[in-house]
Amino acid sequence: MSWVLVLPIAVPFATAVVAYLARNYAAGRWISLAGSGLSLVVSAVLMVAVLNEGVIAAQMSNWRAPFGITLVADYLSAVMVVITAITGLATAIYALGEIPEETERLGFYALFQVLIAGVTGAFLTGDLFNLYVWFEVMLIASFSLLVIGGGKDRLDAGIKYVALNLVSTLIFLSGIGLLYGVTGTLNMADLRQAVAQAENQGLITVIAMMFMVGFGVKAAVFPLFFWLPASYHTPYFAISAVFAGLLTKVGVYALMRMFTLVFVGDVGFTHEILLWVSVLTMFTGVIGAAAQSDFRKILSFHIISQIGYMTLGLALFTPLALVGGVFYLVHHIIVKANLFFVAGLAQQYAGSTDLNRIGGLYKSAPLLAALFIIPAFSLAGFPPLSGFWAKYLIVKAALEIDAWFIAFVSLLVGLLTIFSMTKIWGMAFWKPHPDGIDPTPDRAPARVTRAMIVPIAGLAAMTIVIGFYPEPFVQFATTAAAQLLDPTDYVTTVLGVQP
Amino acid sequence: MEALTAIVIGVLTAAAVYLMLARNFMRFLFGLILLSNAANLTIFASGRMTKGAPALVPYGADTPVGVVANALPQALVLTAIVIGFGLLAFALALAFEVYRRLHSVDTDEMRYAEPKEDATK
Repeated sequence: MSWVLVLPIAVPFATAVVAYLARNYAAGRWISLAGSGLSLVVSAVLMVAVLNEGVIAAQMSNWRAPFGITLVADYLSAVMVVITAITGLATAIYALGEIPEETERLGFYALFQVLIAGVTGAFLTGDLFNLYVWFEVMLIASFSLLVIGGGKDRLDAGIKYVALNLVSTLIFLSGIGLLYGVTGTLNMADLRQAVAQAENQGLITVIAMMFMVGFGVKAAVFPLFFWLPASYHTPYFAISAVFAGLLTKVGVYALMRMFTLVFVGDVGFTHEILLWVSVLTMFTGVIGAAAQSDFRKILSFHIISQIGYMTLGLALFTPLALVGGVFYLVHHIIVKANLFFVAGLAQQYAGSTDLNRIGGLYKSAPLLAALFIIPAFSLAGFPPLSGFWAKYLIVKAALEIDAWFIAFVSLLVGLLTIFSMTKIWGMAFWKPHPDGIDPTPDRAPARVTRAMIVPIAGLAAMTIVIGFYPEPFVQFATTAAAQLLDPTDYVTTVLGVQP
Repeated sequence: MEALTAIVIGVLTAAAVYLMLARNFMRFLFGLILLSNAANLTIFASGRMTKGAPALVPYGADTPVGVVANALPQALVLTAIVIGFGLLAFALALAFEVYRRLHSVDTDEMRYAEPKEDATK
């Protein structure tokens, strides 16, 4: 059984090694592409196994559960692994068009695969210290990917990204140390019981807050998000798409996992804080976006605003809210990565991402315009696209418990999102290009357009499918949320599995 | 012993925070090194401090004999040290490259990725 859980992590690592050895040849990029394809296959196998058997777990090196490292996949983990593989494959295709040869020689594809391995590992691990290790794997790869290719703006962004992420990691690490001191275990399933039985519940709440801050920085929630808009607009578009899609979501996933499985002793305190943090995150993010006039900076602020919806799903802590949170998480990864992809292609055609210096894309590149409309309006929550259902679930959950103000803010933020998206639409697509040029697709080599348009179209198609046929996805999210709220299955599977 | 370690952790953290508030990125990094050591000591201390023998199982036995130190935190700290070392090495290399290219390690002067503070909109 265990290979099903190991392969989604092992495949990207193996690909990284081979891609690094082949970095000087054209074969390197095809190896990366093949590896990403294989990752998707093994993730699909994992998903099928989870759908058939429920929660599955495996003990590494045959150490029994609370002592060794456990890999475990429930519905949430499985869907996150699959979506990671999908984003990875889309990025691997996109990178074929964007990444220049000298960056490939620096080992771009190896770093990219290590990043995917780190993200996947974080989704699959059932051990807190192991989660820290995966975070670090992910971080070191993301540091390098952020600054690779040079440029003063990238170095500047790198400093801020590295500094704040390292601090958050240390807070997380100290939290792990203290939690181990109180409970004597680091296995997440075991922690559920151990934390509930701990004598000093006040200390547990303090530790819970340390985790909230540590993960909150990663997830870019309200007072801790400053590193994100300072850095996400500088790297290659392929990289900012994969960062935007996946990295912050690892923080959200970790929050969801820890604050449903382990820290549920003082929901009135911890989740109430998270609730107001979420509301402020949604609002400040969208207001920040309104002040920007760069394609990617607007999108970066919208990541923050959308993160608020996901943590809101967790913070409301009702079954329906968690369904919404999980659905939002999956829908948003697809949509947000796609918008950054679109930004990259727009830059290829029109020459910039500064909205004041581009225009005319609607007339000259109608296909791109159509492909922008889909994720943009999905992000804002227009029916019948996927974002509508995500927002609908969250708002309905808020209304169910009479949280009128929160429902109001969610809807207002949706409206303001429309404002930003129409700003991009008006300035990049409708108004004529300020330099009087015609930003037709001919302005980029055909090879580049081909590689970039394929993932954009693929992800847009997924958005439409989720939008028009949401039933199975909502069903899935319902089961995932039920498993989060009642993790008996998770705990017994992890602790009961003999090597 | 635990009280002393707790004080050391506190002092390290305080010094780290002081250093990290500086505009100079190098001072920030030195603060980060102290903070990472404080975190490592926290893990080490949370495994309880015993004046025990090393956790070695005698030849032929199944369990260690007598009071032995908790080996798990040591393993965790070792991992954390190695990872922290790698990250710091990267951060130092980044700082050096930044100094070489931007001619400064003052974070207030690093406004390449964002508009200058007094920039007109």
